[in-house]
Amino acid sequence: MSALAQQIVLGILIGGLYGLAAAGLSLVFGVLKVLNVAHGELIMLGGYAAFWAVALLGMDPFGSLVLVVPLSLLAGVVLYGALFGFVVRANEETREKNSLLIGFGLALVLHALAVRLWTADERSIVTPYGGAVITVAGLSIPVVRLLSLVIAFAVIGGLQLLLTHWRWGKTAEDWQAALLTGIDVRRAYLLAFAMGTGLAGTAGVLVSVGYSVSPSIGLEWTLKALIVVVLAGLGSMIGTFVGGILLGVAEALSAAAFGGPYREVVGLVIFVVVLCARPRGLFGR
Amino acid sequence: MQALEASYGDVRVLSAVTLSVAAGEIVALVGGNGAGKSTLLKSIAGLLPPRAGAIRWEGEDLARVGAHQIVERGLAMVPEGRRLFAGMTVQEHLDLGAFTPRARAVRPASLARVHALFPFLHERRRHVVRSLSGGQQQMVAIGRALMSNPRLLMLDEPSLGIAPRLVRTILTALAEINRAGVAVLLVEQNVQAALTLAHRAYVLESGRITAEGPSAALLSDAHVRRAYLGPLATRA
Repeated sequence: MSALAQQIVLGILIGGLYGLAAAGLSLVFGVLKVLNVAHGELIMLGGYAAFWAVALLGMDPFGSLVLVVPLSLLAGVVLYGALFGFVVRANEETREKNSLLIGFGLALVLHALAVRLWTADERSIVTPYGGAVITVAGLSIPVVRLLSLVIAFAVIGGLQLLLTHWRWGKTAEDWQAALLTGIDVRRAYLLAFAMGTGLAGTAGVLVSVGYSVSPSIGLEWTLKALIVVVLAGLGSMIGTFVGGILLGVAEALSAAAFGGPYREVVGLVIFVVVLCARPRGLFGR
Repeated sequence: MQALEASYGDVRVLSAVTLSVAAGEIVALVGGNGAGKSTLLKSIAGLLPPRAGAIRWEGEDLARVGAHQIVERGLAMVPEGRRLFAGMTVQEHLDLGAFTPRARAVRPASLARVHALFPFLHERRRHVVRSLSGGQQQMVAIGRALMSNPRLLMLDEPSLGIAPRLVRTILTALAEINRAGVAVLLVEQNVQAALTLAHRAYVLESGRITAEGPSAALLSDAHVRRAYLGPLATRA
């Protein structure tokens, strides 16, 4: 029983990261109608950036956010200018199709580049406090992962506030109505894309601190993010966070019930079931 | 002074359409489904980039103006289906309508005008728009557009899906807005009502202007009556 509870706790902890990973994807898709399937690769790059910041600059793993977040925002601006800025000129349906192609190509390039530069080895950040554990009611909670969950929640909560109270956030709801009130939709696209990349970078840092990073994790994280976006629906960042935690817990439960290999299957089952039963997602508009 | 010319070479929807709205005028744009009326309005408002041609507004080519700056130039649009933000209140919509610097500077005056025009928007200012009827939402949409302090107000099907009593309220309001010096460009399925309200009108068919003139003349035009006012009107 307590083994199951322990699995659920770990599921919640990783679920927060699923939520954070999905928030970036959801923001970009919601605002630009661009599905960036290279989102996982951006998370992977964020993870490597944190790894090298710790290894070469001796930064604190969480402290590396100070470096990695601005870098990933910048990367977002560059990627938007070079690749995705062209796509948003098209109508919405063409945007979705073309962005899939561009994102897929970008994912392949980034993956190959990461293998070339850093080899395919799995790496993780070793910290002095990495093994610290809090014990609550017989359940052990790794401090690093708990801190990651708190950061993920804070970032997503902040994003939710920004989107509801900042007028530019209206672009996510209806770009035409936003444009008609005089909001510069093109600039909102750029901001949203950069923020999406920033969120990916943040998620990457937390992934490499609490778990591990290798060039091949990109696809895995894109998939998790996509499942959470479908599960939660568009429009609510807090909903996305909750969706992430639901996926984490569902994975933990299915691993406990059917064995480890089924951990990955449950997400795909959720994906199909939600698409059939509730295409707008649990919290979607 | 205030002249708008729009000509497009977009073969798919609009071909070489030329139309103008002078200061203080109400101009109606009528035609069947898929004639390109909405496309024309969206092009002027910057929602669609025109394939070719120019949209001139007070001597300036709007194609050179960023799409988001068009409303700042004094052209406001009430889009088809209203496109309100479901979770926002009436007052928040009006505030958002005065988003641009020029509109923000005169916000209190605009708000007083909008409230005088539709007292309802004052009474229900704290209500979330989701809870309002279609006609009430249309008032919010028009109010939002007026808050940008426009010199030309464009409306795409303002009577669509709205109770007849409220349609009359809205058309009366349009006449009043116009008396205050705002030019109106109206796209409307309800041809009878549109032509009664407007000074001049254009008939758009398959992306081409097939008739234009004073609306009284178009109202009595045999072709217009047969095509848009139904067989009863023809016999009468």
